[in-house]
Amino acid sequence: MRFVLRRLGFFLLTLWVALTLNFVLPRLMPGNPALAAIANHKGVISPQALKALEAQFGLNTHQNLVAQYFRYLGDTATGNWGESLTTQPGNSVAHMVLDAIPWTLGLVGVTTVLAFVLGTVIGIVGAWRRGGHLDSLMPPVFVIMTVIPYFWMGLILILIFGVKLHWLPYFFTYNITLTPGLNWAFISNVLEHAILPAFTLLITTIGTWILTMRNTMITTLAEDYVRMARAKGLPGYRIMFDYAARNAILPNLTGFAMSLGFVVGGAILIEEVFNYEGVGYLLLQAVNNDDYPLMQALFLLITVAVLLAILLSDIAVAILDPRTRAAS
Amino acid sequence: MAIMVPGDPGSVSEPGQATPTLLGTAGGLPAPAGAGITGVRSLRRMTRAVTSNRKATVGALLLLFFCLVALFPGVIAHDNPSAEIYPRHLGPSAQHLLGTTAFGQDLFAQLVWGTRPVLLIALLAGFGATIIAMLVGVASAFLGGAWDGTLGLITDVLLVIPLFPLLIIIASYLHGAGTTVLIAVIILTSWSYTARQLRAQALSLRSRDFLNAARVRGERSLYIIVVEIIPTMTSLLVAAFLTNALYAVLFSASLQFIGLGDPSSTSWGTMLYWAENAEAFQTGQAQWIIAPGLCIVALGAGFALLNYAFDEIGNPALRPVRSMRVRSVKNLK
Repeated sequence: MRFVLRRLGFFLLTLWVALTLNFVLPRLMPGNPALAAIANHKGVISPQALKALEAQFGLNTHQNLVAQYFRYLGDTATGNWGESLTTQPGNSVAHMVLDAIPWTLGLVGVTTVLAFVLGTVIGIVGAWRRGGHLDSLMPPVFVIMTVIPYFWMGLILILIFGVKLHWLPYFFTYNITLTPGLNWAFISNVLEHAILPAFTLLITTIGTWILTMRNTMITTLAEDYVRMARAKGLPGYRIMFDYAARNAILPNLTGFAMSLGFVVGGAILIEEVFNYEGVGYLLLQAVNNDDYPLMQALFLLITVAVLLAILLSDIAVAILDPRTRAAS
Repeated sequence: MAIMVPGDPGSVSEPGQATPTLLGTAGGLPAPAGAGITGVRSLRRMTRAVTSNRKATVGALLLLFFCLVALFPGVIAHDNPSAEIYPRHLGPSAQHLLGTTAFGQDLFAQLVWGTRPVLLIALLAGFGATIIAMLVGVASAFLGGAWDGTLGLITDVLLVIPLFPLLIIIASYLHGAGTTVLIAVIILTSWSYTARQLRAQALSLRSRDFLNAARVRGERSLYIIVVEIIPTMTSLLVAAFLTNALYAVLFSASLQFIGLGDPSSTSWGTMLYWAENAEAFQTGQAQWIIAPGLCIVALGAGFALLNYAFDEIGNPALRPVRSMRVRSVKNLK
């Protein structure tokens, strides 16, 4: 319990840092770029919204920095994230973000978990069959696969399966001629549109999970308790999964949580390449249009998502590994 | 982008003492045997290790190749990479090895001249981030107490904040900032991962005899850190540099791809940006997208293979088993 509480404390601290970064960054930048962006939209959005935005970015306000800061924290906590400047002028940022979340959660969330599970299993088997065909080929191939930029892999898959072979769609989240609804035509269309981006994410991330699992597994296989299990004559699959993999997976799980931030970051570009209207796509739209309120909200959202995932994996580790509970 | 280089926490930490908090996972390379050797000698040992490990050799050759291209681009490509003087949309031919862009530039020349900025960013950002990581890691291990707690916390926080979105936000605030700013931002955001590894290594050195001896001699802390501790960490520092340089290549290419670099410079990332904008696939110019991407992968593979080989060198259990088996069979005969 104390371990989880400590991690919760760390979670809150990191959240606070992200919030503060959001507050400080526009005020630190030379000439406060938000000023120009907001000034350009005097006619487009309502006067109240404009005032709120100016307060958010520290323009034309008589409050001192500390008061501004606390007002900003309060606004963020109550979901008062302002209005979009340019992307969808006058639309509530919170609304836009909520619309984008399910797409990203479906695509990136599912694919990341899938890649982790699949990669871990391949890593376990590869390490178990040390020196086999799979294992001798694995390291160099997957080392190279981990350095492929996500967006470039996406482009190549678009070239092969979209432009050349016409097998799969590669634009948007579903065919816009269809009306969204809970019918098979729409759902199958959504799934079809998710195949290429999901596959891109899968093949660019799986190498990392395979290699880390393989390497921890190899070290674990040299432990005495594994030798003991062999000596007892236990069947191979039991030693592999119940003895070695069970212990080897713990550091891998932590590694998984830690690199989630990278995966989410890379997925931003995958969404951009496929025009997949999730959180990442929205973020890049905000960047291209200098839509600072939207940008800030999305950065916070992504940070919170990553932190939540890390917290969950911490709890999982605490449940799986009695030593963490004893140590704290 | 978004890469975890093999050789991260899970790969080397001892399973027997798997500490699942962030504070414990970044085990880094196991302490090199005989931690007392000087930097020069461990460098020489590293060179020998690189030539005897096939992955390391391939990685080193790739890096060497790109370094040569970056140093002498004019020897390989005679065209001016930014001059828009040729017919547009040309396919590959003897005059234009990779054809021309939609703006009438020679693609091969762009590819060759684009190596230099990429390598410059990789080396400078990799070097800068490693220096910060070294200072933070060593200081936090050596000073201990509240210093360790504070520096460790800063490192951990930076480690879990999604870096790429943060980079995007900063870059977009800085509007059209040049390469120098890009490098600075990458350095400031990406050192935390390797700082963890270096701290773990420095921590394991703290109570070694040669450090105690230095303390008894009455050396100052700064002297002990610079002359006694840092040289023994050479191999880990090189590994940290490789990791950071790889991140820099991928981060900068990604930022340039979405138009947050300097679009007027010639670099692999900006080539991809313009190719995507000109819809190179639709106009049948696939090589405009394929070629720069392949170069990024090849350079990245150079850094990553070398880094992975360092893991194998530091942790003999990970080395390929085939050679061991052959040797043992021979011994039996």
